[in-house]
Amino acid sequence: MSQSSDFADLVRQARAQQRPELLTQAIPYARLLGIQAQQHPDGLRFLMAASAGNVGNPTLPALHGGAIGGCMETAAALHLLMHMDTLKVPKIVDFSIDYVRAGKLRDTWVSCDVVRQGRRLVNIGINAWQTDPSESIARARAHFLLSD
Amino acid sequence: MATHVEIPAATIAGFPPDKARRLFELMVSANKGDHFHQLGLAIEHVDARCVRVRLPYGEHLVGNPDTGVIHGGVLTTVLDTCCGFATLTALAQPELCPTMDLRIDYMRPATPGKTLYAEGEVYRVTDQVIFTRGVAYHETRDHPVAHCVANFSRLDAAIAAQMAEQITRVMDSLEGAHEPKQ
Repeated sequence: MSQSSDFADLVRQARAQQRPELLTQAIPYARLLGIQAQQHPDGLRFLMAASAGNVGNPTLPALHGGAIGGCMETAAALHLLMHMDTLKVPKIVDFSIDYVRAGKLRDTWVSCDVVRQGRRLVNIGINAWQTDPSESIARARAHFLLSD
Repeated sequence: MATHVEIPAATIAGFPPDKARRLFELMVSANKGDHFHQLGLAIEHVDARCVRVRLPYGEHLVGNPDTGVIHGGVLTTVLDTCCGFATLTALAQPELCPTMDLRIDYMRPATPGKTLYAEGEVYRVTDQVIFTRGVAYHETRDHPVAHCVANFSRLDAAIAAQMAEQITRVMDSLEGAHEPKQ
């Protein structure tokens, strides 16, 4: 699609006004998970509020690992949209996640860190936690392709 | 699914596919409004060491509003689910092992409007770890949307035994309900 799509306009607006929530609202899957984006002194932070809709194991109860992974991947794409030149949703190439602690039915926070930006490929690290950023529930990394 | 499946004989005595299928159908349907319902995931096929799930296309799954392509995160959930379920078909007793790690390679975007299928398969079981791999596709596995490998950590023996007992009890009571006593 062209650079003049509605979404490209939203990306420009979100960057100019520093309002990442314009993008989370425009992506149906981000709305499904209930992802919010906020500016924080340490950088952009994403919140997936505790919600029954993201539960995979009702007896614990625990978030579905896929919801945690999906939230982290969404956060990474949004992080790139806010920080890179691209106006299109970046294409995911691969995604690798380590689940290190139980994802309880609680608010989950995510932050991203661009490890390396090449000409077309970006390597990004993603951290998810619930109570303390140093106590990750999951760590992930992904490669994205930035299209022209 | 694949040709080389390395499973120690002692661990494959168990959970029969038809029973496993009933358990999976219960897991994706019993808890109204959970993440399985949010996505619309259904069980398609179960056999020894392999589980196939189905996810019809829906606007709620879209990750790119310009193209209507579903989000990669949807693939994560679908592949994590079918690989996780596949672990149960390779164990003598039902044990819900948490995902330790998962790696997905995206081969091509999913096609808007098309139903997605994903298959997970167990290729190695040890006392500590179950190794699985999976593939997501529309029409045929030869034209994959994504590949994955996922490892699952075994539970402590005591917890696993307790869980197996609970699951078996639930399954037995359901089967009792399906087959009226004479």
